[in-house]
Amino acid sequence: MSTVSENLVRLDAAKARTDFPGLTRQVKGRPLVYLDNAATAQRPLAVIEATDAYYRTYNASVHRGVHALSQEATDAFEAARENLRIFLNARESAEVILTKGCTESLNLVATCIRSQLQPGDEILLTTLEHHSNIVPWQLAAEATGATVRPIPVNDRGEVDLDAFLSMLSDRTKIVGIVHISNALGSINPVKELARLAHEAGALVVVDGAQAGPHLRIDVQDLDADFYSLSGHKMYGPTGVGVLYGKRTLLEAMPPYQGGGSMIKTVSFEKSTWADLPAKYEPGTPNIAGMIGLGAVVDYLVALAPGDLQSDKGKALDWTMDEIARRESELLAYGTEKLRGVDGVRMVGTAEHKASILSFVMQGVHPHDIGTILDANGIAIRAGHHCAMPLMQRMGVPATARASLAFYNTEAEIDALVESLGKVKEIFG
Amino acid sequence: MSELRELYKEIILDHNRQPRNFGVPESATSQADGHNPLCGDQVTIYLDIRDGIVHNVRFMGSGCAISVASASIMTEAVQGKTVAEAEVLFEQFHHAMTEDRAAGPITGEDSELDALSGVKEFPIRVKCATLPWHTLRAALHGENSATTEGEK
Repeated sequence: MSTVSENLVRLDAAKARTDFPGLTRQVKGRPLVYLDNAATAQRPLAVIEATDAYYRTYNASVHRGVHALSQEATDAFEAARENLRIFLNARESAEVILTKGCTESLNLVATCIRSQLQPGDEILLTTLEHHSNIVPWQLAAEATGATVRPIPVNDRGEVDLDAFLSMLSDRTKIVGIVHISNALGSINPVKELARLAHEAGALVVVDGAQAGPHLRIDVQDLDADFYSLSGHKMYGPTGVGVLYGKRTLLEAMPPYQGGGSMIKTVSFEKSTWADLPAKYEPGTPNIAGMIGLGAVVDYLVALAPGDLQSDKGKALDWTMDEIARRESELLAYGTEKLRGVDGVRMVGTAEHKASILSFVMQGVHPHDIGTILDANGIAIRAGHHCAMPLMQRMGVPATARASLAFYNTEAEIDALVESLGKVKEIFG
Repeated sequence: MSELRELYKEIILDHNRQPRNFGVPESATSQADGHNPLCGDQVTIYLDIRDGIVHNVRFMGSGCAISVASASIMTEAVQGKTVAEAEVLFEQFHHAMTEDRAAGPITGEDSELDALSGVKEFPIRVKCATLPWHTLRAALHGENSATTEGEK
C-alpha cells in the first residue's frame, strides 16, 4: 500500500492527546505519566462513547432478531467488521474473525490447524515471541508430535535471517512471527520472512498485537496467512480482537468452538457449519467491544485531513504513517535521554524499532524501578513481559519498559528520566 | 518519598546489596525452588536439618530488592531454630503480610524482619516478600517447589 510521502499537513499529536480522557487524571498527587501503552493503550472518548451508545440506545443481539434494535446492532457490528477489513487491508470482511483478543486468535489457529500437522513437522517461532505465540504451539506440538524450534535473534534483538534460512526445510509447516516485539520494540521484516517461509511451503502466522497501534498494516502486501490483533492495545476495548485468515485456509480448518450462530443445520446425527466468518463466531459475540473497535478505526480516519477521509484506507495510510513518524521522534528522544542516565543500559537496539524503551539499571531490579516511578505518578511495566525465552536470550531476568504512544510527550520522557534520578538516590 | 523510604529502609537496601547466606552450600538435606510466575522472580532455598534443628539456611536466585532482602533476613532469622519454631515464624510473617494490613512490627521481638513491615503499604509487592518464606516452608515440608499463587 502506498504511503503519503509528501505530507505538508502533520498530525497534531498534542491536540489528539486531549481526545483521551484517561490521560487527564492525577496519580499520587501528580499528573499521570502513562508509559505502559504496550500493556494496554488508553482509549479515545469516541470509542468510549460508541460502546456507551450501543448499550444505551440500540442494545440488542445481532444476526438473529427480527426487530429494529437488532437490525441496528447488526448493521453497526458488521460496519465495524468492514472497518477492520480496511484497517488490515484484507480482501473481504468474511476473512475478519471476531475473537477475544490476540491470545484467542493465536489459540484458534494453533488448535484448528492441528489436523494438518504430523510427527516430524516443525513449527518455527522467533525468539521474540510473546508467550501467546509460543504456548499454543507447544500444545499443538504435544498433541500432534510436531516440534517447536526457536529462530535465533542477534544481540540487538533482530531475527537472525541466515539462521532462519538454514532452519527452513520441507518439514517446516508453520512459521510464527511477532510483527513488533512487545518486550524490545523490534519490528520484524514480516514480508521477507513470509516470502522465505512460503518458498519452503510453510504457513505464516503473525502476532500483530503491538503493530496495531503503531503501523499501517497490509495483510495482502505482507502475504500473512493469519494475522491477529488485540483491541485494547490499539486504543479499543478490552476483551475483543481479530483474527485475519486467508479464505481458503479458514474454510479448510474445522471450527474452533461449537454453539449457536456457527452452524447451518444441526441434527443429532450431524451438524453443518455456517459460512465465514460466522463459522468461527459461536455464541453471542462481544457486540459492544466490536463496535468500540470499529470506532477506533473511525477515530483514526478522523485524525486524517478532511479531503482524505472519504476513503478510509487512504486516511489510515496517512494517520498510521503520521503516528509512526511521531512515535519515532519520541523513540529517538527517549533513547538519547535514557542513554544519558548513568548505569542505564538499553535492552533491544534493533535498527527497525517501535517506540518501546526496554532498559535495565545497574544494581536496581526493574520492579524496584517500577515502584519508585509509580510513587511519582509514572506508569511503566517491569518484568519479563510474557517473553521469558527472549529475556533469557538477552541475558536479563527482567527489564523496565517504557512504551510510548503518539499522545505521549517529550516532557513525559523528561519526567521519567528525572524520576530515574530518584531511583539512584534511594539505591545509592 | 516518605512511603518509599518506609519501603526501602536502610536495612533492606543493605541486605539487597550484600545478601547474607547467599550461594549454593556444599550439602543440604532439603531444598526447594520458588517462583513468582507473574514477574519471573525465582529463589532456591537450601536447608541443612539435623535432629529437628535448622543448622544452615542458604539461598540463590534473582529478584527485586524486597525479595532478596526478605530472603536474606529470613535466613538469619531461621538459622539455629527448630523446625517447629521456623514454622511459627513463617505463620507470623505470612499473617503480618497478608492478613494484618495495619502498620506495625511483624514479630514484636525487635527483629530485622520488622524492617519489611513497610511492604504492607504496597500490596502489589507483598508477594515479593513472601516468596522466600513460601519456599522455606516447602523445603521444611520436604516439597521441592512453591509459588506465591493462590495468595491473596
